[in-house]
Amino acid sequence: MNNKNIQLLVNGKRIDGRLPEQLRPIEMKVGVLSRADGSAEVRFGNTIALAAAYGPRELFPRFLQEEETGILRVRYAMVPFSVDERKSPGSDRRSIELSKVMRLALEPAMFLEDFPKATIDVFVDIIQADGSTRVTGINAASLALASAGVHMKDLVAACSVGKINNTLVVDLNGIEDNNSESDMAVAMMPSKNEITLLQMDGELDKEEILTLLNFARENCKKIYELQKQVLKEKYKEGE
Amino acid sequence: MQEKYALELLEMGKRVDGRKFEEYREIKIEKGPVQKAEGSAIASIGKTKVAAGVKIELGEPFPDAPNEGILIVNCEFSPVASPEFEAGPPGEDAIELARIVDRTLRESKCIQLDKLTVSQDKVFIVFVDLHVLNDHGNLLDTSALAAVAALSVTRLPKVEDGQIKRGEYTGNLPLVYKPVVVSVCKACSKFLVDPDLEEEDVVESKLSIGVRDDGKICAMQKQGTGTLKFEDVGKMLDLAILKSKELRNFLA
Repeated sequence: MNNKNIQLLVNGKRIDGRLPEQLRPIEMKVGVLSRADGSAEVRFGNTIALAAAYGPRELFPRFLQEEETGILRVRYAMVPFSVDERKSPGSDRRSIELSKVMRLALEPAMFLEDFPKATIDVFVDIIQADGSTRVTGINAASLALASAGVHMKDLVAACSVGKINNTLVVDLNGIEDNNSESDMAVAMMPSKNEITLLQMDGELDKEEILTLLNFARENCKKIYELQKQVLKEKYKEGE
Repeated sequence: MQEKYALELLEMGKRVDGRKFEEYREIKIEKGPVQKAEGSAIASIGKTKVAAGVKIELGEPFPDAPNEGILIVNCEFSPVASPEFEAGPPGEDAIELARIVDRTLRESKCIQLDKLTVSQDKVFIVFVDLHVLNDHGNLLDTSALAAVAALSVTRLPKVEDGQIKRGEYTGNLPLVYKPVVVSVCKACSKFLVDPDLEEEDVVESKLSIGVRDDGKICAMQKQGTGTLKFEDVGKMLDLAILKSKELRNFLA
């Protein structure tokens, strides 16, 4: 977030050739893991997120159980070879925070009160990180939950937006993310039009934030259509 | 029981302690209570109390920023502050709080990190440790106030023969802004600031907003299990910008 001298936009095009408001190529697959109750792989350009959902299943140790509701647990992790410099395995402060905000991004879409004493667990592994890993992970987690047959109020769709070279853009890649003036992660339940995750850092005024929120909303809706499509395809296959 | 009462009151447009929705509890800041630290402060909002201490050490710069000092923010939810806090390594709430304060300080560029080089390969590392003394709601806003108050009285230590000489100083930490965090809460479709302990349990969602002196937003984080509507965000930003001026007065 410090070097603004890097040229990230040339003649209105981004370093990977995209226009400011253009998403990277997106690929989604569901049911990619045989042992998980639900799973998904989502790619945003070179960023690859793999999510597995288990449950609802009984929560152990028992003292963690809630009498009146189930709980959702989410763990986000970057695998050691997902980045330029090897990331030592295990949780760090960043992944602990991201796991928490991802849980809160998904929870509003769940009916946890239907599963007292139980847990639903979602594990998100970032296989390759090239920017926007948390939102790619949320898209994968939401698909994994849906493909596990967990009842949901809506899917959760997410995307990043931000400001590079004084221009507002959508879906930051790794280089853009590292050199951005600001970045913002947004997740929402598209059919309910409600925000479930909102994080921002950088330097923006109110109007810029509202413009970026609109960018995020439009693109989350596009992502939502892709999510529904991949689930429908899979469901047809299974018939 | 308390929760239900707080909720019923909010629905009627009232708060447990009779405050207005956009009103903070009493704010107090004590600067420099800890002489051993290079800078320190205790901020309280109502009964909530957070101590911030700044310690400065020498170290090597990060390879991607060879000419800049380093800022590190930590937070400890000490068991003295609440029966719900446990001794041991920081949990996700403490980590999240520290990271939001960190982003608010870093992204506001309030500390001139490029003025913290000491020699060719040594820079000052500025450790901001937040130590929660009493949790009675709204820890984040209180912590950010404590952090900036402590930084505002931080002195740079004297360096002799490549080592810090404790107790001797060469000047003040170059601090050019005083960012504050205003957490705007949503409960019963209403917006309020500075939830008390009872209110915190009924708040559905919260948007914590870091605001710089010039009104620029330097950090935002949605918290809580509820959702926000798109039209909420603009209103929450307006309220945060308004209240930020008031909070900053306490840092003068």
